[in-house]
Amino acid sequence: MSRTTTRLVVLAVVLALLASPFYMAPFTITLMNYIGVYSFVALGLVLLTGVAGIVSFGQASFMGIAAYATAWASALMGYSPWLGLLLAVAVTCAVAAIVGLVTLRLQGHFLSLSTIAWGLALYFTFGNIASLGAYNGIGSIPPVSLGSWPLVGSGQIFYLIWGALLLSLLAAHNLLGSRAGRAMRALRGGNILVESLGINALQTRLATFVIAALLAALSGWLYAHMSRFVSPTPFDVTMSILFLMMAMVGGSGYLLGAMVGAALITLLKNWIQDILPLIAPSTSGQLEIVVFSALFIVFLQRAREGIVPYIAQWLPEPRREKPAAAEALPRRAQPDKGCVLMTVEAASRNFGGLVAVNAVSFEVRANEILALIGPNGAGKTTMFNLITGTLRANAGRIIFAGKDITRASACTIARAGVARTFQHVKLRPRMSLIDNVLLGAYCRTRAGFFAGALRLDRTEEAHARSEAMRQLERVGLGERPYELAGNLPLGNQRLLEIARALAADPVLLVLDEPAAGLRRQEKLRLAELLRALRAEGLSILLVEHDMDFIMALVDRVVVMDFGCKLCEGTPDAVRADARVQEAYLGGVA
Amino acid sequence: MNSQIAAILTMDGVATGAIYVLIALGFVLIFAVTRIIFVPFGDITAFTALTLADLEAKRLPGTAAMVTVLALIAAAIEVVALLRAGAGRRIPRALLYYLVLPLVPAAIVWATAGILLPAPLRIVAAILLILPLAPLLNRIVFWPIADASVLLLLIVSVALHFALVGMGLLFFGPEGVRTESLVDFSTDIAGTPVSGETLLIVGSAAFFSFLLYLFFNFTLYGKALHATALNRTGARLMGIRPQQSGTIAFLLGSLLAAVSGVLIAPVNTIFYDSGFLIGLKAFVGAIIGGLVSFPVTAIGSVFIGVLESFAAFVSSPFKEVIVFSILIPVLLWRSYSFVQTEDEAEE
Repeated sequence: MSRTTTRLVVLAVVLALLASPFYMAPFTITLMNYIGVYSFVALGLVLLTGVAGIVSFGQASFMGIAAYATAWASALMGYSPWLGLLLAVAVTCAVAAIVGLVTLRLQGHFLSLSTIAWGLALYFTFGNIASLGAYNGIGSIPPVSLGSWPLVGSGQIFYLIWGALLLSLLAAHNLLGSRAGRAMRALRGGNILVESLGINALQTRLATFVIAALLAALSGWLYAHMSRFVSPTPFDVTMSILFLMMAMVGGSGYLLGAMVGAALITLLKNWIQDILPLIAPSTSGQLEIVVFSALFIVFLQRAREGIVPYIAQWLPEPRREKPAAAEALPRRAQPDKGCVLMTVEAASRNFGGLVAVNAVSFEVRANEILALIGPNGAGKTTMFNLITGTLRANAGRIIFAGKDITRASACTIARAGVARTFQHVKLRPRMSLIDNVLLGAYCRTRAGFFAGALRLDRTEEAHARSEAMRQLERVGLGERPYELAGNLPLGNQRLLEIARALAADPVLLVLDEPAAGLRRQEKLRLAELLRALRAEGLSILLVEHDMDFIMALVDRVVVMDFGCKLCEGTPDAVRADARVQEAYLGGVA
Repeated sequence: MNSQIAAILTMDGVATGAIYVLIALGFVLIFAVTRIIFVPFGDITAFTALTLADLEAKRLPGTAAMVTVLALIAAAIEVVALLRAGAGRRIPRALLYYLVLPLVPAAIVWATAGILLPAPLRIVAAILLILPLAPLLNRIVFWPIADASVLLLLIVSVALHFALVGMGLLFFGPEGVRTESLVDFSTDIAGTPVSGETLLIVGSAAFFSFLLYLFFNFTLYGKALHATALNRTGARLMGIRPQQSGTIAFLLGSLLAAVSGVLIAPVNTIFYDSGFLIGLKAFVGAIIGGLVSFPVTAIGSVFIGVLESFAAFVSSPFKEVIVFSILIPVLLWRSYSFVQTEDEAEE
């Protein structure tokens, strides 16, 4: 399906939707208003859960904060609902920021559980504040007015709700395709990779959390002025789980899933409320929640991905063009050949009683390829983790380009110009090749969340895409940039990691076993690539077990054994060293 | 507030805390072995109290019907699974485990309905009735998704809680209950009156925590559970079935929840939906222990109990708010004192 066709289809659907007050019954419109209001919260949950991997059971309480804020401002204080909107958004986002700062460092399930607790705490707070009407709530909230035109009827506020929803969907769609959105998508799967790309994981998680709360706030504001009444009950934990249900049933990885899920659950709820009293007249209220929960559990057991991806597989694949060549992103100045780039001074690291790296010192000079070799368990990967900031050294110093980075975070080190690959490949398998490489260019680009959502980032984005495409072609993966990274065989995944590292325009490239899993021809091509990079002025530090590969390629070798440095020198000198032979082959009798 | 009131509040808090200890230990146990954060755990506590009250009132407890329904579902699922796997000859065994065994206590209670059993027998009957609940739910709900991420398991667990609360209302009705006191004496400790109930609660909590300690350190099953908790694959290679470990963990956890239900029944009025708050407060205790450490969990739970008791004194309507707000500093402290285990395989 070409772009134009897609756009026409979307336009037709949007028009049909906006015209619905003209051909649908008022009750249906009321139902659609609820679907629209709930879709905001579900959309926030899609960004939070499906995209960034954070599960929140507290979205309804964010919605509640906003609804109460605007109810207080407009019904009790007599201000305009638009002022209520400002207040609702400000208060909700502030609360979300504080809540997020406290919990987002924690592993997922701690965060999720604490959201249940907050939801409850908030419910009791609203229910016990007499000036906010306690459990009876606040009534006679004024409607929103456009100029002098109050939006009283359901057919009128319909346009406000669905207009705002469609704009939010568009903004979210733009955001996911931007630099900040890619960082959000990378959060799923752990922090080590994210931080090694120079992305501040906590900040990105916090921003995502606040965006989801913002959407819940919009929903709460609309809800308050649509139903003209707020009380604690519509914002309790049961509602939060219903929102989560909407996001997951629709397909939590897909923006449209929010709308589809909200529609399905709202209609289902409505239908069950109609049907159950016929089957069990006296107990229908209780049965409703049992039926809902049971359906949700069966759904999660059978189809975790949701409905949208299930339908999407029957639709024609959208055709996408390779990104056009554009001006290159600005590059860093490489240091002069031969000067010392990185100094490791007596670095040590132990895990409990095990000393993995024991007072190892060496230096990496600019524009050379240095190999770190040693038998299994020699401490090479730990050394790499110390250099790249994934682990902290217990003792010793590491200096990179004149700066002490011993205590620096992985994020800072990445920004200083160290790009790495991993022994156990770390990619985002559900992102395309080009998106994975674009992650590497994160530090070279600037666009933030707003620029991404409003599409103010297009020039920079075009440069970054063309750069990512160049790096993909350079490692030989330029054929299908929109393939998912998870579909690549292991050898190619390693090459993709190298392309991602190159997209960062590093000063020092740190490669952990780059040739493992490659075939002979591929290894030769890799060696050629590394030589070409050296010729461009790059410095490379690598761990590798393939001696033929190393000895023909590198300038110098550092040998480690049992956590200590054994020796260093040129490949030939190291090969002739008796201690090295003993470490690899055992003692000569 | 003078020191006398403070002492009474503390005493009260320690008793409540001791009940949370039992539930929190169950949380940690089940989470460690199965990675499931079993949110409906508090509901099991509440259901035990309701069961006991039904027995006291010479009614057939709703639990009997609930267990029967769940046992039938579990047995049906198991039989279908076995037939599909072509292991039809294991069906009788499966029926024994999933249908007959869970229904034995229900049958006994049904047979003795209308007779007022002596108190100790009532307690044993209530505990036996409630025991199969969690393992059956585990079989029905969690086995098919045992490999899923912690977060998905948590979502399912929360959904299950809501299903159970709805079922609670169906099977037990909306009335709150409070059972007869278990013991009837009181004494003085350093000038503060202490009820026998409090002593019994604290004593039982200590006793069952100690039993758990013995189980983990001195029995083969305990060690197998410990091994499963540390490394599922490794344990499987050593011939330990993670599913069996899971069932044992759920049984043990149910026992703890049931005991806490028996203990709480005479001191608090329990409704069909009281379990959620009880469970969640115990969970705050478990979070203090990082969902890992049994001793810290116990200390944390007692702390929550005491906090709750003081909060109720200071401002009764806001006591829940105060208790749940304590999560913020706790999590803040946890987030700095914890070494994060990296990369949950979340893709």
